[in-house]
This record gives sequence, C-alpha cells and structure tokens, in this order.
Amino acid sequence: MDKNGILDNKVPAGSLADKWENHKFSMKLVNPNNKRKFDVIVVGTGLAGASAAATLGELGYRVKAFTFHDSPRRAHSIAAQGGINAAKNYPNDGDSVHRLFYDTVKGGDYRSREANVHRLAEVSVNIIDQATAQGVPFARDYGGLLDNRSFGGAQVSRTFYARGQTGQQLLIGAYSALMRQVAAGSVELHTRSEMLDVVKKDGRACGIVVRDLISGEVTPHSAHAVVLATGGYGNVYFLSTNAMMCNVTAAWRAHKQGAFFANPCYTQIHPTCIPTSDDFQSKLTLMSESLRNDGRIWVPTAFDDARAAADIPEDERDYYLERKYPAFGNLVPRDVASRNAKTVCDEGRGVGPLKNGVFLDFGAAIARDGHAAIAAKYGNLFDMYQRITGENPYEQPMRIYPAIHYTMGGLWVDYHLMTTVPGLYSIGEANFSDHGANRLGASALMQGLADGYFVLPYTIGDDLADLLGSPAVPTDDPVFTAAVAGVEDEANRWLSINGTRSVDHFHRELGRIVWDRIGMARNKAGLEKALTEIPALKEEFHRDVRVLGSADTLNQSLEKAGRVADFFELAELMARDALEREESCGGHFREEHQTPEGEAQRDDENFAHVAAWEWHGGDTPQTRHREELTFDNVALSQRSYK
Amino acid sequence: MSGSNGTTINVTLKVWRQAGPDAPGGFEVHQQAISTDASFLEMLDQLNEQLNDDGNEPVAFESDCREGICGTCGVMINGRAHGPQKATATCQLHMREFRDGDEITIEPFRAAGFPVVRDLAVDRSPLDAIIESGGYISVNAGAASDANLTPVPKAAADTAFDAAACIGCGACVAACPNSAAQLFTSAKIGHLGLLPQGQAERWSRTEAMVETMEEFFGSCTNHGECSEACPKEISLDFIAFMNRDYLKAKVKNRSLAGQR
Repeated sequence: MDKNGILDNKVPAGSLADKWENHKFSMKLVNPNNKRKFDVIVVGTGLAGASAAATLGELGYRVKAFTFHDSPRRAHSIAAQGGINAAKNYPNDGDSVHRLFYDTVKGGDYRSREANVHRLAEVSVNIIDQATAQGVPFARDYGGLLDNRSFGGAQVSRTFYARGQTGQQLLIGAYSALMRQVAAGSVELHTRSEMLDVVKKDGRACGIVVRDLISGEVTPHSAHAVVLATGGYGNVYFLSTNAMMCNVTAAWRAHKQGAFFANPCYTQIHPTCIPTSDDFQSKLTLMSESLRNDGRIWVPTAFDDARAAADIPEDERDYYLERKYPAFGNLVPRDVASRNAKTVCDEGRGVGPLKNGVFLDFGAAIARDGHAAIAAKYGNLFDMYQRITGENPYEQPMRIYPAIHYTMGGLWVDYHLMTTVPGLYSIGEANFSDHGANRLGASALMQGLADGYFVLPYTIGDDLADLLGSPAVPTDDPVFTAAVAGVEDEANRWLSINGTRSVDHFHRELGRIVWDRIGMARNKAGLEKALTEIPALKEEFHRDVRVLGSADTLNQSLEKAGRVADFFELAELMARDALEREESCGGHFREEHQTPEGEAQRDDENFAHVAAWEWHGGDTPQTRHREELTFDNVALSQRSYK
Repeated sequence: MSGSNGTTINVTLKVWRQAGPDAPGGFEVHQQAISTDASFLEMLDQLNEQLNDDGNEPVAFESDCREGICGTCGVMINGRAHGPQKATATCQLHMREFRDGDEITIEPFRAAGFPVVRDLAVDRSPLDAIIESGGYISVNAGAASDANLTPVPKAAADTAFDAAACIGCGACVAACPNSAAQLFTSAKIGHLGLLPQGQAERWSRTEAMVETMEEFFGSCTNHGECSEACPKEISLDFIAFMNRDYLKAKVKNRSLAGQR
C-alpha cells in the first residue's frame, strides 16, 4: 500500500500483451541447487493447490501439502461439469488470446484487473497441453483430435470437456502429478489436517497451525512461504452447490492475520439447480447449464396455478425469457436468468409443491428431435434429476431454481498472487483475482490451474530469492507456541459452551439471512437489516451452541463450529461490502441501481475499483481500501441481451 | 416438514457405533420418521440433529460433494456397499428407495485394508498409496507438447474415460468377499495404459501398482461383486486388461537389456 492507502497491485509496465513475458525475464530466479533450501506450505489440494504443490515439487522446492480431506482427490473442483476454456483456436473460428481476455473482462462486468486476465488467457493454452500429457481424457472427434464446444453463450468454441466430468478428470490429473512428487519425496503430504491459523514473524508469514482431524493434535508447521488454495465461501448461504465441507476458514484466519479480503459481495448464482424440497435439505444440486440449449423456461401466466404442467394450455404459459429477451431467449447470462426466475417466483407464479421453481421444459425438443436424440445429449443429467426428485423429465418438465455456485470475492492478491501479508499467497477460487464481478462458464478450472501450474511457480521465486541463507523460523519459536495455544483454546471453548442448539441449526439460520438479504438482489434496507440480524444471531451462536464429544478424536461438530463462526464474521463483511458498493455489477445486483429494462447499472465513475477490507480485531469494523481499476485495452460498455 | 412431494415413512435404523480404531463396536437402534424426498445422508443428518438435541454424540460419517463424484461417502446399507440402487453412491441414494416399516442396517465399509476411524468413517489411504506407486504419467509442468500433436483414436479415448470415471470411493473393496482392490487399481492402469501418453511407463507402472495393491488388499477370485457395487459401473474388463499387462510386465521388466 502506498501512503495514500491505495493498494499497489505490482502490475509491471509495458504493453498488455508483453507484460507477462517481459516480467518472467525480469523476475529473480532461485537456482536449482538452492530451491531445495526453501520450504513452501500449500494448503488445499483442489485444482489450484494440487497443481501448485506438484509443480513446486517438480522445481525442487521442499513442499508440504495439507488437505482436510482423507485424500487429495476429493476437493470440490471435482464436481465441475461443463469444461475448461482455452484460447487454442483449434476450431479455426476466430478465437485468440486477446478475445478470451476481452470476453473475460467483459463477462466480469469490468471489475477485474486487465493484466491478470490477459496472463490467464495466455497460459490457458499451456493448461490443455499439460493436462493432455498427464492423460486427461478430453473429448475427441473421430480423427482423434480434441473436440471443443461453445459454452455459456460464448461466440466461439473454446471449451474443452471430458463428458460432464471435466473437473473430475482435471483434478485426477493434478492429483496424480502431486502423488508423483509425494513418491519422489519432494512433497510431504498431510491429509485430514485442517489449517486453523497463519503464523507471522516480524510481519511475514512463516507458517501455519494445523489440527489433525482424527487425533485432534494441534501442530505448528514452518516455511519460507505459505500458499492458500482453499476455495470459495459459497457455503455462507448454507444451501449452495458447494460440497458440504467447503468453507472460508483458512482464508478468514489469514484475513485476521492481516490479509485484505476483497469484494466479498461478488457471489455467483447459477440458474439451473434443483429447487429445495424440504427444511432438512443439506445442499443443492446443479444441473449443467447446457440444458438451456434445448429446454424452454416458463411459468403459468396465472398466479397460484396449481395444475400439472401438462394441463396448462400453451396460451396460459409465460415463456418469460423468450418474451423479454427475444435475441438471447433462454440463453441469457446466468445472472439475468437467475434474477428473472426470482421475480416470477416472488410474484407467486413459482411451480412445484413449494412454488419455488420454474419449469425447464424439453417437450418441444423431444417432439422436434426425438426421445433418443435428447437422451444422447442429456441422458446422464436426466437420470440424475430423476434420482433426486423422483420425477421423469422426459414426461414432465424439470423444475429449476437458482442457487449460489461460486464466489468471485476472496483474499486480495497482487500480480504475483501474494496477499497483503508478505510471504502469504492465495490462488484459485480463494483469491479475488480474475473474474471481476461475474465469472464466465468454464473459467474456474482454467484459473485454478493457471495459478497453480504456470503463474505461482514463477512469481514465488522472485520473493524467495531474497531469503536465501535465512532458515525458516523454528517451530519452537514463541510465535508458533502462542498460535498453537490459541487453536487449542478455541476447541475447548466450543466444547465448554454446552448450549441447546446444534452448529447446523445456526448455520441454517445464518444461511437464510444471507440468502434473503445478500442473495440474488440486494437493497439498502435489507442490507442494513442484515447488519443487525447477523450480529444478533452470532451472539446467540457463541452463547447457545451445543458441541458434544471431545477434542482428541474425530469430532465433526467441533470442526463445523469453527467454520460457522468464521461464516458469521464473513457474512457481516459481505453485507457491508454490498452496502457500500452503490452500483450493480455482475453478480452484485442492487435494486436501486438498474436500467429502465431492469439490467445491472454500473457506476464506472465511482466504483471502477476493487474494495479490499482490512481487519482490525473483532470489535473494530474493517476499513475499506481501494485498488483502482484502469481499462486501457477494452472499452467499457453496458451489457444488453435484448 | 413443509409440504413436499414426498410422504413420510418410519424406518428402524441399526447404526454401527465405534469410538475409535481399537475400540469395540456395536449396533445402536434408532427409530426415524423421514420424508421420502430426503436423501439417505440427509436422513443421517436428521438423526444426528436429534442425537445432539438429546445430548448424545452424533454418528460420524463422511460425505462431501453429495453429487456422487468426490468419492468421500460410502457405507454398507443392508450389507451392500452404497446400498440397493445400482450405479448410485450413498449420497445420491434417496429415501424413496425404502418402504414404511423397513429396518435399515448401516455399517462402515468392511475391509482389512480400511480400518475404522470412528463409527461409519474408515481410512482408505491405501488407495492413495497405490496411486503414489505409479498411477501417473511423468510429465513436469511446462514440458508438454501441443495437445493435438498426438491424435488418440476416439474408441481408445472413450474406453480410457470409462476407466478414468472411478471416484476412488472404495466400494469395490468393501463389496469384495476378499477385500480385493483389483477394480480400483485396474481402472487407473486401464485409463493410463490405453492412452498413447501412458505407454512409456506402462510396464513399470503396472508392476509397481499391482504389487503395492497386494501389500494392502486381498486377492481377486472373480466374483464380480466390485463392478456390481461400483457407482460408476466400471467394467470387469479392466481387471482382465490389468492381469494381461501384469503378466507381460513381468517378462518385459526383466533386467536383460534385450528383453525390454
């Protein structure tokens, strides 16, 4: 940060297209024999973490990788269905690095950093080469070459895919690269180990504190650099498409050690999820966006129409997306489709037993293309839908509703992916980075792997080079002893409250507030309400939660207690961030700021910046810093899908 | 429960409880009223909520994505790994597969290679040890040539994918009367061995993985229970592929230069 409190993003000078190449040359190197003198901790083994740990190990660093899963093959990257973008231009349809860069900046509603996005587009092509060489079985055509498809409304076919399991296959690739380094001895793997604090010495990150989820043992781990690849915070909503264990704890504990948290109000809603069916629902399931290519979305014209879909005649159906957006119809972007679904359900025209969904109807497509053709395209998705709902989508329309899916906000990082704490890095969904206010489909996998395989391994050396000759801080240093004691005390505190309600009970209640007030659409009054409701519930949580059992064994309630406590603090910051951002952009829709057509109305004059929040202790509110965003290579425009 | 499609059924749960790897275990019986719309694991969530309310420790069980892809979940349900529904992981099983009055026995995956951690959670780390012994293609980041330089016949790519679909849940081991891990191991050997990229290490990989597998798990006697229980329906053909390659590997890997 400079003296005016403006964040320095360390973006190198020079023309956009040359920045990364030139910068790679100007960065300091660590020679191969010296790399083994440096310890690097990587927390998280999803796409970003596994690829980073593997690559750093290949380079010769001494890596310690930590995951709270039982195996480094489980992280939620594995559930990504659609695909991964890359500017290969194999289909010869006009794609280029610049076009992928441009689409990503525009799709992010002009709230991302140009230089980072361009670098992402540049290395995207290397990811496909790397993954293919690892044995990732991408879809191929009959000539044996890689197949591409258009995804999420893109006008070129740049998405590589592996059936509906692209995330799984890419993660298995990164996981196998990681296990190869474990076998080689360059990576020390710690499974079932949850990071619960970042440790600093003289202002620099020097290690972490970890709780073994089986034995409960709390241990310090020291390193020259710490990398957090711990994913997004969608589970602050309780119900989301995230996996059950996804949480903000690692990032949040880093925030409390001085890492700024950027744009927490940027959250992405996915329009095609299966609606909730009862109060005990544990999570939401995403149905691939590709379904909107053939399905028609509608609700009854009449309010409170309880008839079955088949009994509602054509002229009493409202195909509202086709009506409002004749050019894009059912293929409008995720945020537009989601908000429109909310509008019709709020009006009382929702469908299903809880009136909490809209129809996604394949009747016309089946009549046009035949049952077999639709089954070939979507069979696995239809089966999944039927397994969950008990309804047959070949015979009656699917019911869908939006759900939280991805979070664009996260730890603020500079061009080197370093947070505001020296020596502490953040990669993948955990950082705020490249997606601005809205992420394009098939770009999450790209960013996680770009950071891990091709960006961090270069930038981390520039920082480590200066530390040559200084050993890592020993783990018996008082900074570690104090941090270990803090984590042990926390566990004992949860166990001693002995209140009346479960952790899940409070998490579910918190999720309702966050969804209602900081969900698909936000307004001043609602956000201000959230800022009284969340602290009140938080106070109850700390007074009345019941965590049974002990700290020296597998105790899943105890694990969750700490995670939910962090969600409470994050939720408050999300509300403040959303309140202060007096504009609509991407996933952040403020009802006060919309065009006459009901689209997001940006305020580029006052809000073309990143908001990065600095922690000052639990009793003092965070302060808001800015990183100005400048756009020299794209012209800012208003999105329109009419 | 607010109005939904489902009806409520009453089931009797016999749930395995075990405080730790060396502690004795036993069944605990609970009555549970549950909506048929709930998933099997949501039923366990509700049981845990009730146990917690009553001052009893919740049942430890593992799950994460609840979409049948991460491989974290898995219990024996009435003696079957992942329960009665074909091609379905525990997290995707729904209570509409059960009837009012059913008794449901829930146990951890049973295998010598998978010691119980607590209640329904087991330690499946030997599967990672098998991958560590050779379940990869050795290519450092940055060393790859253009992805389209090596065409892969579509049939080979598709078959490799069928094997690569394995989620590493361990149901194959739990279902096997011998606690063998042949289906898991062969899925990885098949995936990499069918692709041109995987040829350089094909024989050393096969030998190393098979022999690591045998350190932890039993022998295959062709019952086929593994494939039956597999949520991704991985074919027994891959075991045949692995056995063939292992035999060839033993010949090819002999330390005579001329044999390689």
